[in-house]
Amino acid sequence: MNDAKWIDIGPVDQLLTLGARTLPVQGGEEIAIFRTSNGSVHALINKCPHKQGPLSQGIVHDTSVTCPLHNWRISLLTGEALGEDKGCVPVIPVKIDGGRIYIDRAATLAGVM
Amino acid sequence: MNAPVSIDAKSNGSGGYLREHLVVIGNGMAGCRTVEEILSRDADRYTITIFGAEPRVNYDRIMLSPVLAGEKSFEEIIINDQSWYDDNDIELVSGDKVIAIKREAKEIVSESGRVTSYDRLLIATGSDPFIIPVPGHDLPGVITFRDLDDVDKMLSAAGKGGHAVVIGGGLLGLEAAHGLHLQGMNVTVLHLMPTLMERQLDEAAGFLLKSELEQRGQTILTGADTAEILGDGHVTGVKLKDGTEIAADLVVMAVGIRPAVALAKNADLEVERGIVVDDHMVTSDPAIMAVGECVQHRGAVYGLVAPLWEMCRALADQATENPSGYAGSVTSTKLKVSGINVFSAGDFSGGEDCEDIVMRDASRGIYKRVVVKENKLIGAVLYGDTADGSWYFDLLKTQEDISDIREALIFGQAFASGDALGDPDSAVAALSDNAEICGCNGVSKGQVVACINAGAGDLDAVRASCKASASCGSCTGLVESLLAITLGDEYGGARAETPMCKCTSFTHEDVRRNVVEKQLKSIPEVMQELHWTTPDGCSSCRPALNYYLLCAWPSEHEEDPQSRFVNERMHANIQKDGTYSVVPRMWGGVTTPNELRAIADAADKYEARLVKVTGGQRLDLFGIKKEDLPAIWADLNAAGMVSGHAYGKSLRTVKTCVGSEWCRFGTQDSTGLGIKTERMTWGSWMPHKFKIAVSGCPRNCAEATIKDFGIICVDSGYELMVGGNGGIKLRGTDFLCKVETEEEALEYCAAFIQLYREEARYLDRTAPWIERVGLEYVKSRIVEDDDGRLKLAQRFLHAQSILQKDPWEERAAGKDAHLHKHIAEIRPFAVVEAG
Ligand code: SRM
Ligand SMILES: Cc1cc2nc3c(=O)[nH]c(=O)nc-3n(C[C@H](O)[C@H](O)[C@H](O)COP(=O)(O)OP(=O)(O)OC[C@H]3O[C@@H](n4cnc5c(N)ncnc54)[C@H](O)[C@@H]3O)c2cc1C
Ligand code: SF4
Ligand code: FES
Repeated sequence: MNDAKWIDIGPVDQLLTLGARTLPVQGGEEIAIFRTSNGSVHALINKCPHKQGPLSQGIVHDTSVTCPLHNWRISLLTGEALGEDKGCVPVIPVKIDGGRIYIDRAATLAGVM
Repeated sequence: MNAPVSIDAKSNGSGGYLREHLVVIGNGMAGCRTVEEILSRDADRYTITIFGAEPRVNYDRIMLSPVLAGEKSFEEIIINDQSWYDDNDIELVSGDKVIAIKREAKEIVSESGRVTSYDRLLIATGSDPFIIPVPGHDLPGVITFRDLDDVDKMLSAAGKGGHAVVIGGGLLGLEAAHGLHLQGMNVTVLHLMPTLMERQLDEAAGFLLKSELEQRGQTILTGADTAEILGDGHVTGVKLKDGTEIAADLVVMAVGIRPAVALAKNADLEVERGIVVDDHMVTSDPAIMAVGECVQHRGAVYGLVAPLWEMCRALADQATENPSGYAGSVTSTKLKVSGINVFSAGDFSGGEDCEDIVMRDASRGIYKRVVVKENKLIGAVLYGDTADGSWYFDLLKTQEDISDIREALIFGQAFASGDALGDPDSAVAALSDNAEICGCNGVSKGQVVACINAGAGDLDAVRASCKASASCGSCTGLVESLLAITLGDEYGGARAETPMCKCTSFTHEDVRRNVVEKQLKSIPEVMQELHWTTPDGCSSCRPALNYYLLCAWPSEHEEDPQSRFVNERMHANIQKDGTYSVVPRMWGGVTTPNELRAIADAADKYEARLVKVTGGQRLDLFGIKKEDLPAIWADLNAAGMVSGHAYGKSLRTVKTCVGSEWCRFGTQDSTGLGIKTERMTWGSWMPHKFKIAVSGCPRNCAEATIKDFGIICVDSGYELMVGGNGGIKLRGTDFLCKVETEEEALEYCAAFIQLYREEARYLDRTAPWIERVGLEYVKSRIVEDDDGRLKLAQRFLHAQSILQKDPWEERAAGKDAHLHKHIAEIRPFAVVEAG
């Protein structure tokens, strides 16, 4: 069910609980898709606001991910750095429907053509 | 024609009657409740006909679970019996399914061929159980759980005993499993997700639920993906995608429901996931209303009864010309399995603007979590004690400001509305003298206060004198409150020992001790037993817990990859640009032309951007992409090389010098001993990285005196050195002892490593650990206690016999392939799935 707004990127069970995987967009940024212990799914550009660490490789806990390079904690909900650190990474809207993950088409393709 | 018109006529046509004809499709919970609501408002308004596909009167569907469990009979769950229909002049057409709606003619057609016209039509068709379309799904013996016929089928199957497989570990599946288990069947629940009831429960509560059901004798398989239902003529088993086969005489599919929308769709009403209705439950055709699980209202569809009641009221108001409107519902869930109390409501996905308040009481099997956002309760999960469920649900629906009762919120309504508000100390002060403080040692508040008054001025003194808080430690906070209340200003404050992280009040040592004493074997279990205050820990405690469990239970440990730092998860070192470096092991720093050729070939093939000799005597290939890791490992494996663990909290390298084989000063075969040591210790996980070196003489070319374990060969044997560090804070080794043979050197090395593995805090190198426990302590365990040393060494070798494996080999063979693959790839206007 790809439509004008959403792109289907496959079943939810491809993501482990507290895990993350990547979605490269040709000619654009890599997107990191995360899954929390409550089963919700979130997507961020896969670049830490600190020094571009690949957030998809961090440890996910609650609704944040700890960057693998220097342990900044980034909110999966807002993309913002938490605690003392300052910075923000773009959030891409995602939703789950019928066990599949849909990602916002416009936000995903922004800056690509 | 002049024929008189009877007011009570059951009409087959609409024209000319005084009352409008209301036809209801669906004799279920929502349909009949709507009729009740309409009758109570205006009993004379409509002539009513209800069609029901089921051949029976209206009953309480949610009570099918107790019927299956043998706790209720069908008669007891009837809501409206035949006399209700008769008394209210309702015509019930049961056992006759409606098959078409003809909107232009305002008629419906039923399976028996009957055509009935309507003025107003109400669709209340509920849901259809979803059946996963795997091969064999239509075999006899595969059933769903939706109506009384299903229950009858299950009961007659259960009468023959045997095995039941329930597919789906949600509310419905677990209730089916419980019933079948009580009916004497052997029950296995297959659930696709990692935790049961994942839509209603968080991981912690899902874990408790699973443990409880397993204790009762059910088999629960999570992460179980059904591939096929087996059988020839009748079901005989279920096969999972991973190849596992489970015997089954009965398979219950309880994987979800779909709103029953076929009728509406064929009649061209607006249908999305459900039949689309407005706030008055009217569909896209003003003469047709819909209610219950078949509808979609403001984008939401519901699968519980509470919202239906609200919908029915709004519908009845509208149908009797007094529209009120329905605004959607907040729902809560309870599981109807006797003896297990589970409650959940609202949103518990959390977030940084939310605060989680968690309380765990391991001895009573209780887990409570409430989520607060901007001083309002937005979600709650309760396990074990659900008495306050309705209170929380109320706070959630009314969105009351809870700032005044925040501190006491988690303790429930009775506590929060008492006097002991706000300050935890005053709550403790309010406890009676008989109140139990320490459950493990049965110590009351009065006894703790008496012991403080008798001179125990801090936590350790209290622990030593009356034993309160000396066991599991979960009452530490209470004891500290009592110290503060009793001593006032004299109390020096909470003890200096810092807890593991902000998720717990336990220290590393407390946690390690409890893991062993209480036989805790998984991360959720530790979190529950030790009262973690967060639902799933943090990036600092999870890797530590994973290590402590691995160390305590080498043969039973199940890895939790999500609790490993990236390098240990990927078995390579992440670089600043997100690529990885790959370091094959080079035993004792010795290599061969063949190995070098394989490394050179791999460097070419995978376009390593740098090949560097490391400070640990081996070669490092930089700039390898995560997608290429399994392939480069396969190539290096093929040339006989294994992972160098240059990334792990584990054994790194064993540096050696050339030794007696070549060097004119060499006293022993330092290279050979180094290789033996590395063969014995490689692949071992530790609290932090661990480095070894063997030098052939006191000139010490292998720098053994700044290693975690160093061996310096001398003419008369081997000097063993421990606790060195060449990193951030330089520390030369301490001399442990001297031994005469290689065998002894290896045994002491194994024993020392095991002591460090069992007792150090996660992320402590040996240097700070020895500074803390003292060299004398280490000597007393390794040098002075021959028997103890032997046992330590044996435990190390036992762990190695299980854990010493090459992670590259497993990965190259396809294990955890998802870690190396993208979830999908996007090219503008096209999607290519990578799986
Ligand atoms: C590759 C290497 C440098 C080199 O090119 O020679 C290296 C590279 C790194 N070292 Fe090292 N260390 C390397 C030998 C050393 C040595 C020398 C040695 O082992 O003889 C030391 C001092 C000796 C010691 O550890 O006592 C050393 C002390 C450190 C420290 C400080 C440890 C400490 O306890 O103070 C860190 C930081 C840490 O581990 O937290 C560190 C951390 C690192 C990390 C893992 C930093 C990081 O977290 O990303 C570097 C990884 C780079 C990579 O991706 O591979 N590295 N590092 C050496 C790999 C040796 C090997 O073959 O495995
Ligand atoms: C075993 C079980 C346990 C449950 N436990 C709970 C619980 O604890 N708490 C909770 O809140 N909810 C629970 N539920 C869910 C609850 O029962 C439903 O939300 C509720 O029954 C929905 O009401 P409804 O009227 O929309 O659908 P239903 O009650 O299913 O009624 C629909 C009726 O329409 C009939 N029908 C369908 N199509 C046609 C047609 N074309 N012609 C004629 N008739 C038709 C069906 O046969 C059915 O009788 C449970 C459900 C089950 C099955
Ligand atoms: S010394 Fe510093 S920069 Fe060099 S490899 Fe070690 S950690 Fe990296
Ligand atoms: S790049 Fe993420 S913390 Fe530094």
